Amino acid sequence: MADNKGVMILAEAVNGKLAAISTELLGAGRKLADDLGEELSAVLVGSGVGDLAQEAIAFGADKVYVVDDALLKNYRTDSYLAVMEKVANEVVPKVVLMGQNSVGRDLAPRLAFRLDTTATMDCVELAVDPDSKLLLRTKPVYGGNARAIFTSESMPQMATLRVKAGEPLARDDSRKGEVVNIDAGLDASAIRTEVLDTVIEEVEGIKLEDASVIVAGGRGIGGPEGFQELEELAKMLKAAVGASRPPCDNGWVPDTIQVGLTGKIVSPDVYIAVAISGSSQHLAGCSGSKNIIAINRDADANIFKEAAYGVVGDWKKVVPAFKEKLKELMG
Amino acid sequence: MNMIVCVKQVIDPEAPPASFKIDASSNSVVPPAGVPPVISPFDEQAVEAALRIKDAVGGKITAVSLGTGLLRDVVKKPLSMGADELVLLEDPAFDGGDSWSTAAALAAAIKKIGEYDIVFCGRQAADWDAGQVGSGLAELLGLPSVTLAKKVEVMDGKAKVERVIPDGYEVVEVSLPALITVSNELGEARYATIKGIMAAKRKEPIVWTPADLGVDASTLGTAGRRIKMLKLFQPVREGTCEIIEGEDEADAGANLAKRLSEAKLL
Repeated sequence: MADNKGVMILAEAVNGKLAAISTELLGAGRKLADDLGEELSAVLVGSGVGDLAQEAIAFGADKVYVVDDALLKNYRTDSYLAVMEKVANEVVPKVVLMGQNSVGRDLAPRLAFRLDTTATMDCVELAVDPDSKLLLRTKPVYGGNARAIFTSESMPQMATLRVKAGEPLARDDSRKGEVVNIDAGLDASAIRTEVLDTVIEEVEGIKLEDASVIVAGGRGIGGPEGFQELEELAKMLKAAVGASRPPCDNGWVPDTIQVGLTGKIVSPDVYIAVAISGSSQHLAGCSGSKNIIAINRDADANIFKEAAYGVVGDWKKVVPAFKEKLKELMG
Repeated sequence: MNMIVCVKQVIDPEAPPASFKIDASSNSVVPPAGVPPVISPFDEQAVEAALRIKDAVGGKITAVSLGTGLLRDVVKKPLSMGADELVLLEDPAFDGGDSWSTAAALAAAIKKIGEYDIVFCGRQAADWDAGQVGSGLAELLGLPSVTLAKKVEVMDGKAKVERVIPDGYEVVEVSLPALITVSNELGEARYATIKGIMAAKRKEPIVWTPADLGVDASTLGTAGRRIKMLKLFQPVREGTCEIIEGEDEADAGANLAKRLSEAKLL
């Protein structure tokens, strides 16, 4: 066990660049590696991703293991699992980190069980215990109502990091690092799933992740018609439209605009929460916003505890007047 | 089609956040008074996924639940929705587990049940949000897994799964037997019917102890934990909301626009 050394992150490529979550992992991983006085490595897995090794170094990696294989083009559990198992057994890291996204959610627990170790999912904070030198993994539990700090002696220590919980380092292209190619050694017949199709559900207008203003609606909006009104407001403010879970589950709006523990994590400058009560599971997705504005009929609604400004009232009366006045002020 | 669905009894996640209390001295959650526990909503949706397959091609659904203090009215919910059998792993030895000890016990139970084509789990339990038992079970059982399903169909010994990704979904085909975890995008679980509730009342669950599973108690519950919880705490909320008022609701709305523009937020 004492032989495990270094911090390793799984790096992902998106549209020919390092994914944002990967730069966040490199930032968080760098800090842990420095605190341990050990190396930070990135495992770059995919097809035609070798060119990104230098980018991973520029964002903080000391070493990049490149596993490039045509069979790794799409994420599939069995192929990525086999590759990560192989790399982990060759490198013997102390810490393995992934993003809490559709890859990490699927791969991290499976890899942890394969490697006979433990993982902690959806961490918002990672640190090295100054005494034991073990990884302290802080994660929201009970839908965000509480947080727990976990630790384990089983190696490697694994965790996934919540999107936007890590701070990327400034890109430094003069940083030097080592690139090591590792053969995937995959047996295509051992991959038991096949991706038949990838369906992208385009949402009109500004993407939630990119928006500096978000207008979001909750159960109290009452139906798809209400969301049309929010869309008009969003258009005026060049904002994206989001929703808490009930409108998505009820089919009023597409699932892809859900903000929350099981949806997207956003951090705009302004988040206007309309008829959203503010369940912990929703706040998990929007509490990183700089300013939350709440419009809700219930003065005791939890959302007011998180909001900077609020109006207690029926959104059907508040929002049209709000829109009218804004139009006037914006000229 | 033989299907097994793992379901967990949890504190109702829809209980008002103000009712959520922890006991810091024992790092545990105090169940809110007067709010009965429920089946974790993602697990209910896993039952729903199995029922939709049963509706389409027929089959048998066995629900498995692990814990202590399992309220019969709660854990029988899958039966009242239309599942056929209920197996309870109920013994103090199962209490206080982590993802490892839970998955180990469930894997032993699933092996004992024997024949199955699909094992369903919710994507994560609404209490600890650990999100690992499904994939861990697949690993222990040597099954292929597809996680975060929003739709599952079966044909020709395979399942076609729509798997949620950030901007849409993937269509993934997997050979059976397989383990599938279900996400909320699957849609609301059906209500229990009166007939279902009556049938569930008459149905006695099968209860298994560690001895029945033939597993060593040291691998179960608290004893089998591999991860230690150092601390459980509630983050402090600041609560400095400036409430904007007005002569009526519309006036308050207009004043909010004024205030936000003064604060240079919009």
